[in-house]
Amino acid sequence: MNRVVERKMIVPNIHLLTIESPLIAKKIQPGHFVIVKVDEFGERIPLTVADWDREEGTVSCVFMQVGRSTRKIAQLNSGDEIPTFVGPLGKVIEIDKLGTVACVGGCYGIGSIYPVARAMKEAGNKVLSFIEARSRFLLYWEEKLREVSDDLIISTNDRSLGKKGHNSDRLKEMLQQGERIDRIVAIGCTFMMYDVSEATRPFAVKTIVSLNPVMVDGTGMCGACRVEVAGKTKFACVDGPDFDGHEVDWDLILTRRKAYVREETVSEEVHH
Amino acid sequence: MPKIQPTKTKMREQPPKERIHNNLEVPYGYSEEEAINEAKRCLKCKKPLCVAGCPVEIDIPGFIAFIAEGEFRKAIGVLKEKNVLPAVCGRVCPQEEQCEKICVLSKKMEPVGVGRLERFAADWEAKQGDSELLPKAKSTGKRIAVVGSGPAGITVAGDLIQMGHDITMFEALHEPGGVLVYGIPEFRLPKRIVAGEVDFLCRMGVELKKNFVVGTAMTIDELFQEFDAVFLGTGAGLPWFMDIPGENLNNIYSANEYLTRANLMKAYLFPEYDTPIACGKRVATVGGGNVAMDSARTALRLGAEKSFIIYRRSRVEMPARDEEIHHAEEEGVIFNLLTNPVAYYGDGNGNVKEVECIRMELGETDSSGRRRPVPLEGSNFRIPVDVVVVSIGNSPNPLIPNTTPGLEISKWGTIIIDEETGKTSKKGVFAGGDVATGAATVISAMGAGRKAARAIHRYLKDGKW
Repeated sequence: MNRVVERKMIVPNIHLLTIESPLIAKKIQPGHFVIVKVDEFGERIPLTVADWDREEGTVSCVFMQVGRSTRKIAQLNSGDEIPTFVGPLGKVIEIDKLGTVACVGGCYGIGSIYPVARAMKEAGNKVLSFIEARSRFLLYWEEKLREVSDDLIISTNDRSLGKKGHNSDRLKEMLQQGERIDRIVAIGCTFMMYDVSEATRPFAVKTIVSLNPVMVDGTGMCGACRVEVAGKTKFACVDGPDFDGHEVDWDLILTRRKAYVREETVSEEVHH
Repeated sequence: MPKIQPTKTKMREQPPKERIHNNLEVPYGYSEEEAINEAKRCLKCKKPLCVAGCPVEIDIPGFIAFIAEGEFRKAIGVLKEKNVLPAVCGRVCPQEEQCEKICVLSKKMEPVGVGRLERFAADWEAKQGDSELLPKAKSTGKRIAVVGSGPAGITVAGDLIQMGHDITMFEALHEPGGVLVYGIPEFRLPKRIVAGEVDFLCRMGVELKKNFVVGTAMTIDELFQEFDAVFLGTGAGLPWFMDIPGENLNNIYSANEYLTRANLMKAYLFPEYDTPIACGKRVATVGGGNVAMDSARTALRLGAEKSFIIYRRSRVEMPARDEEIHHAEEEGVIFNLLTNPVAYYGDGNGNVKEVECIRMELGETDSSGRRRPVPLEGSNFRIPVDVVVVSIGNSPNPLIPNTTPGLEISKWGTIIIDEETGKTSKKGVFAGGDVATGAATVISAMGAGRKAARAIHRYLKDGKW
């Protein structure tokens, strides 16, 4: 029942979780997420999928430890069982031969953008992968991404690796220089996806983002994950989670993600 | 003939001031003496009208007669011939619209408390320990996939396992029971009862696969590689919103989310349980059905100082059960009737602070047979709130219709079925309950499940579609 094959910290506070889940492994596609609940008391939380092995029947997620639930997952070890591991959920990202595709990742998104880059490469695209982190010790999977990309562009805040700044800076520079990019897919923390969308808006390059609102069931029955896209309310778990970044109401999703900040703090303190 | 007691034997209940601070049931249930006393009110009509009022045709006078004689084991035996969930139905059925409405006594006095007696018999059995397994027919070698472990799915699984078929029940959530476990609060339907019923099915041989989303992990067409027939009881879980300004502010919930956090995820036990829920001081619930009552009463138990209902029609048109409205009133829920929200306003930090409402009046009768609410222009006013629960209805989750070619769907998203058999437009696929009718009751889902089980059995026997 959803045996943990491996759980390891790959860079500080970012973990790789590999689960034996043959049915999900068979069906999983880029853009899908899973819902995880680790024990009787746990929350149901969404994790984007970062890799899979259809023959082995395993599914991997990269996640950042940010609070009570991710801390519980971060404490799992090989051989443990996760009672609730549901998927595949969400709509698949559109993968097509588009020309040149920019695959953009930050935080846990460096992991989650990998299957998108891989699929886009397999579809015959020129793949430019962009990753960012505060500092080089927070970067991971550079080799994995290089294997499926024509180029890997790294940005760090402290210039410890690559160029100084963010993915959005690199994209802006490239687009300003007249480099042709036909599609951008960005996965990672909300602010990074917003930042990238704003940077590419003047160039009118379609920018797909993977929205990460709070979720409860993940199957479309509660509406916790409501976002507004092109002025309409959408449920990120069934209408998305990928949407056109230029149509997303970013203020709203940033605000809605803060709905339980007080409770998140209480939860961590009580169980410390 | 001895005089019949004109009122139902009084049901002892938790006092309102006490019960809003706990999640225990309101009615304590009859003692054996009270049950026998109530059962003796039944006239044992030669032609009982009550049976016709029951969607699953329970032999009502039959089980009541056994209670009157103190033969409780036999009483539950009669009940279980037709109803796999008597402990649930005794608590949530709208008996006042069904059996009790037609009871011959109700012409001159209060009807026999059929629901209370059903609950008594079921609870009595539960106290005796594990119930005996029912006999199963010889194995047919046929396999049926039951999608959804709510009332419809449980009924289909329970009936078909007895007929000798192999049953696998699929549930998308991590607990079985559907609306019984995520929607109806603990204080109306204790979850141990639902768990007990599902456990009974598993002991009978039903295989339960939780955390399995049919439509993604496996499509219906793929299910047919392993199964001979499929029953869809996936319910009406897609919440409606009003689509008015400000509706996406923080702390505005669909009733599904509010109740799922509270009931399924046990947010009322936060932080022992990790899932939080906004515990507002002023909670507004929009709607007038049982779900709205559940939401408003849950808000009180979560510490609301003021919990009120906003409903666009009047008391008479409210679809909620009288008992639920009555309990809500006793507990101090305030009813703002003939009122409708038009917009929500925030506090500058993304949280809801106020709801702007408009007064309504009743106009002509509409298609639901009720008088249509019409806004009174210029009557707008605002109410300060910090949590809102939008409880205006649900439609079926579109996941299975969207991933099942050949399955005919109505314009409201419900699966089109033959009412007598539950057959859909796709060979081998049956459906019933809220997914076919839109949001309705537990007992009508069970009635549909019963009909579908009969039809599935026939289809598997003679192969005729």
